[in-house]
Amino acid sequence: MQSGTTQPTQRIGVPREIFPGEKRVATVPEVVEKLIKLGFRVVVESGAGDAANFSDDAYRAAGAEIINGAAALWAASDIVFKVRAPSQDEVALMHEGGVLVSFIWPAQNPELMQQLAAKKVTVLAIDALPRTLSRAQKMDALTSMAGVSGYRAVVEAANAFGRFFNGQITAAGKVPPAKVFIAGAGVAGLAAIGTAASLGAIVRANDTRAEVADQVVSLGGEFVKVDYEEEGSGGGGYAKVMSEGFQQAQREMYAQQAREVDIIITTALIPGKPAPKLITAEMVRSMKPGSVIVDMAGEQGGNCELTEPGQAVVKHGVTIIGYTDLASRLSKQSSTLYATNLFRLAEELCKAKDGVVNVNMEDDAIRGLTIVKDGNITWPAPPLKPVAAPAPKPAAAPVAEKKGGHGHGSSGPLPAKTLAIIFAVAALAFWFIGSFAPAAFLGHFTVFVLACFIGYMVVWNVTPALHTPLMSVTNAISSIIAIGALVQILPPEAGTGGRPDDLIRWLAFAGIVLTAVNMFGGFAVTRRMLAMFRK
Amino acid sequence: MSQSLATVAYLGAAILFILSLGGLSNPETSRRGNLFGIIGMTLAVLATVFGPRVSPAGIAWIVGALVVGGGIGLYAAKVVKMTQMPELVALMHSLVGLAACLVGFASYVDTSIQLAGAEKVIHEVEIYVGILIGAVTFSGSLIAFGKLNGKIGGKPLLLPARHWLNLAGLLVVIWFGREFIHAPTVAEGMTPLIVMTVIALLFGIHMVMAIGGADMPVVVSMLNSYSGWAAAATGFMLSNDLLIVTGALVGSSGAILSYIMCNAMNRNFISVIAGGFGSGGGAPAKSGEAAQPQGEVVPVSAAETAEMLREAKSVIIVPGYGMAVAQAQHTVYEITKTLRDKGVKVRFGIHPVAGRMPGHMNVLLAEAKVPYDIVMEMDEINEDFPDTDIAMVIGANDIVNPAAQDDPGSPIAGMPVLEVWKAKTSIVMKRSMASGYAGVDNPLFYKENNRMLFGDAKKMLDEVLTALKS
Repeated sequence: MQSGTTQPTQRIGVPREIFPGEKRVATVPEVVEKLIKLGFRVVVESGAGDAANFSDDAYRAAGAEIINGAAALWAASDIVFKVRAPSQDEVALMHEGGVLVSFIWPAQNPELMQQLAAKKVTVLAIDALPRTLSRAQKMDALTSMAGVSGYRAVVEAANAFGRFFNGQITAAGKVPPAKVFIAGAGVAGLAAIGTAASLGAIVRANDTRAEVADQVVSLGGEFVKVDYEEEGSGGGGYAKVMSEGFQQAQREMYAQQAREVDIIITTALIPGKPAPKLITAEMVRSMKPGSVIVDMAGEQGGNCELTEPGQAVVKHGVTIIGYTDLASRLSKQSSTLYATNLFRLAEELCKAKDGVVNVNMEDDAIRGLTIVKDGNITWPAPPLKPVAAPAPKPAAAPVAEKKGGHGHGSSGPLPAKTLAIIFAVAALAFWFIGSFAPAAFLGHFTVFVLACFIGYMVVWNVTPALHTPLMSVTNAISSIIAIGALVQILPPEAGTGGRPDDLIRWLAFAGIVLTAVNMFGGFAVTRRMLAMFRK
Repeated sequence: MSQSLATVAYLGAAILFILSLGGLSNPETSRRGNLFGIIGMTLAVLATVFGPRVSPAGIAWIVGALVVGGGIGLYAAKVVKMTQMPELVALMHSLVGLAACLVGFASYVDTSIQLAGAEKVIHEVEIYVGILIGAVTFSGSLIAFGKLNGKIGGKPLLLPARHWLNLAGLLVVIWFGREFIHAPTVAEGMTPLIVMTVIALLFGIHMVMAIGGADMPVVVSMLNSYSGWAAAATGFMLSNDLLIVTGALVGSSGAILSYIMCNAMNRNFISVIAGGFGSGGGAPAKSGEAAQPQGEVVPVSAAETAEMLREAKSVIIVPGYGMAVAQAQHTVYEITKTLRDKGVKVRFGIHPVAGRMPGHMNVLLAEAKVPYDIVMEMDEINEDFPDTDIAMVIGANDIVNPAAQDDPGSPIAGMPVLEVWKAKTSIVMKRSMASGYAGVDNPLFYKENNRMLFGDAKKMLDEVLTALKS
C-alpha cells in the first residue's frame, strides 16, 4: 500500500456479505461516522446492511457513499472491511496494494492464502489477533462474536425446549426450574451461563481450566469439577488436549450430567484440532425426552457425536442444534460489535487520524493480525515476547514507589549502583569525621547516627491513621530539650569564673517553661486523641 | 544521685522513647506507646533534677517553671478542638525551637565551660548550628501556625529570586559562623551570633511563607523533624547523649513522615527540605485545551442525596479539609450509623494528605467515634471503587481529581488520587465550583456519573441526615 502521499484520504469499502445465510455486515452507520472522523471516506455496497436492518439511507445519513454492485465497490475501495473470508470471486475483485480486514482462518484456508498473496495485497485476519495482549482486547472480534453466540445458543435452546427456564409455583401447579449444563466456560460459555441464569435456570458448567471456576460462579452458575487432578490451560487462554485418565473421568461426569439436566450447551474447542467429542450417542439416549443440546462447536465437527453441523435435528427425542451461524442470527447486535472492533483496529492503523492506514509491523498487535503483507505471507506471526519485568514506564515507576511509601515495608531494594554511590559518600564522610574530630565528639556522633536509624526503622511502620498522634507524641518527646535547660539553671559550677549566673538562670527558666508547655500539653493531647480511636 | 545512675536512667528513658514511637504504629498499642513516652520523660527529668548537674537550690526554680509551663500545656490540650490540632502542633514546635535558641545562648555565655583547640571549635559550631536550627524552627512554626488558623493567608508568598535570597542567606550565615568561631571573647562572638539568629528567623519565615496551604501536611511534619534536629544539636552542645538520641529519633521520624507525605503528593522530598515548594513556579500552569473539562455539572438536593444513599448497597465516604472546616464529622458519623443500621456497607477512604496535617482526617473521624476498622487508606480502598454504588466526597477536591491520572499537563499530574469517579455514582459536596488549593479545575465535576451537592458541608449533611431518618 502506498504510504499516503498519492491520495489524501483512503476509502474504506464495505461489501455485502455473499456467503449463504450470512446476515452480518462489517460496519454500521454509527461506526461510519467515527471512521469518517478518523479521516477516512466510507463506501458501502447497496444492500450490505439489509439483513442486519441497516438501510442504505441510514448509511448515507451517516456520511457513507452507497455504490451499486460488488465489482464497483471493490474497485473503489483502498481498504475493505468484511465479515466472512472472501470467496474466490471476491479475491479476483481485489486490486494490487489493497488492504483487506476480515475473518480469514489462515490455518484452515491455505489455498485462500495463496490466492491472496498472488494478488499482492495486504490482509489483516481479525481471527489472528494476539488475544493475550490486553491492548488488543478492544479489537477482539472473536470474543465479541462468541459472546453473541453464547447468548443466542441459550435463546435457541429455550426456543426448542418445551418448558419454562425458571421454576414457578402457579395456581396451575408447580413448575421445576430447567437445569442447564454448559460444557466449556470460554467467552461463549460464560455468556451462555449468564443468559441462562438470568432466565432463571439452574446452571452448571465445566471447563478443563480450573481457574475459570470463579468466573462461572460470578455469573450465577455452579462449577462442576471433574474428579481428576490435571491442569488444562494450554496457553493463550485456550484449553489443551487432556490425558486419557482425565478424559475417562470427564466422560463419567458428562454421562451423569446428561441424565440429570434438560439442556446441554457445548462450546469446547481446541485450536487447530477438531472439536472434542464430549457427548456420545449413548449420553444423548440417556437424556430425558424433550431435552435440547446446542452444539456451538458445529463448525469444527461438533462436541456431540450426533450433531449435524448447520442443522437442528431430533434424535432419540432430543433436539440437537448444530447451527454454525449463531452470531449471524443476531445480526444487528453482532454487526454493531464487529463494526466497533474494526473501528478500534482502524484507530490503531491510523494513529495520525489522517485517513491513511499504516500497517506497522513493529506493533505486536498489528504484526499478529497481518497475515499477508504486500503479497508476502507473514502468517503465522512469531510468538509474542514474554512480557518480561514490567516495562520501565516512567509514569508508573513513581506510583509503584508510593506503594511502599505508606509505611508498609520499603519500596524494594535500591539499584546496586545507587547503593554503591551512597556507601562511597558515607565512607568518605565518616573518614573525614574520623580524621579530624576529637574522641569525645565521636562517641556522641555514634549515638546520633544509630538513633537516626532507629527512628527510621520504628516510624516506617506507623499506620497513616496514626500520623497525627505520632507527630504530637514526637513533639512531646522533643521537649526533652528541657534537660538542656535543667542542667543550666544551677549547676555545681555556678558562681565560679565570672559566670553570668542570673542571665543564664533566666534564659534556662524561660526554656523550661516553654518546654514544659510542650511536654505536658503534647502528652495530654496525644492521650486525648488516642482515647478516641476505637474499633 | 551519681553520674552513673543518671546515665543509666537516661538510657532507660531513651529505650522508653523508642518503645513509645514503636507503640504508635498500631491503634491497639498506641495508648501504651504514649504512656511509655510519659514515663520516659518523667524518668529523664527526675534523673536530671536529682542528678549531679543540678544543685539542690535550683530545684525550686525548676518546679516553678514546670508548674507554670505544665499548667498552660495541660489547659491548651484540654480545650483544643480536634479540628485545630494542626495549629496546636505547629505552635508547640515553635516552643521547642525557641527553647533550643535560649539554651544555645545560655550555653554560649556560660564561661564555666573551658575548652580549647578542636573541642572548642566543635562546641562553638554546635552552639551555632543548634541556635540556627532552633531559630528556623521557631519562626517557621509560628508562620505555619498563622497559616493554619487563617491569620495569614494560605497563598504562597513568592519573592523574586527567592532561591538566590536563600543561598545568599546561607553564605552570610557561613561567613558569620567563621567570624563567630574566631571571636576571642564572648562579647565579640555575640554580634555574629545575633546576626545569624536574625537571618535564621527570616529564613524560617520566608521558607514557610513560600508554601501553599495545601502543602501544610508536609510542612508540619517537616517542622516536627526540625524540632528534633534542634534537640539533637543541643545534645551535642551539652554533651548529653539522651538529648542526642531523642532528638535524632524525633528528627528522623519527622523526616520520614515528610517523605511519606511528599510521595503521597508526588512532590520532591529535597525541594521540600530546601523550602519554597508547592508553587510550581507561580500561578498554576494552564494545561492545554484537552484539560478543559467538558460536560455539564449536575446539582442535586440533600433529599435526592439521601434517596440515593438509601438505595445504595455500598458507600465510600471521602472526607477532605472541607469536612474539618465545617466541623461536620459528627453528622458524617450519624449518617454512617443510620446507613449501617439499614444494612448499607459504609467505609471511609482517606487520602494521605487529606486535611492540613498527616492523619488529620483519621483523628477527626475517631473523635466522632467512627470505628477505625471502616476507615481505609487510599491503597486499601482504591480498587473497590468500581464495585461501589456511591462515593461521597465531602469537602475534598484535589485528592479526587482524575486529571492527576489522565492529564500529563496538569500541575498535579502523577499525584495518587482516590478514584471516586469509578464508583457508579459520585456525589461531591462543595461550597461552590471553586478549584482546590492546587488551583486546578477538576474534571470529576463534569463527569456523567457525578452529582454536585452545593452548600456548607455541615448544613447539607444535616439535611441529608434528616431526610434519611424520615
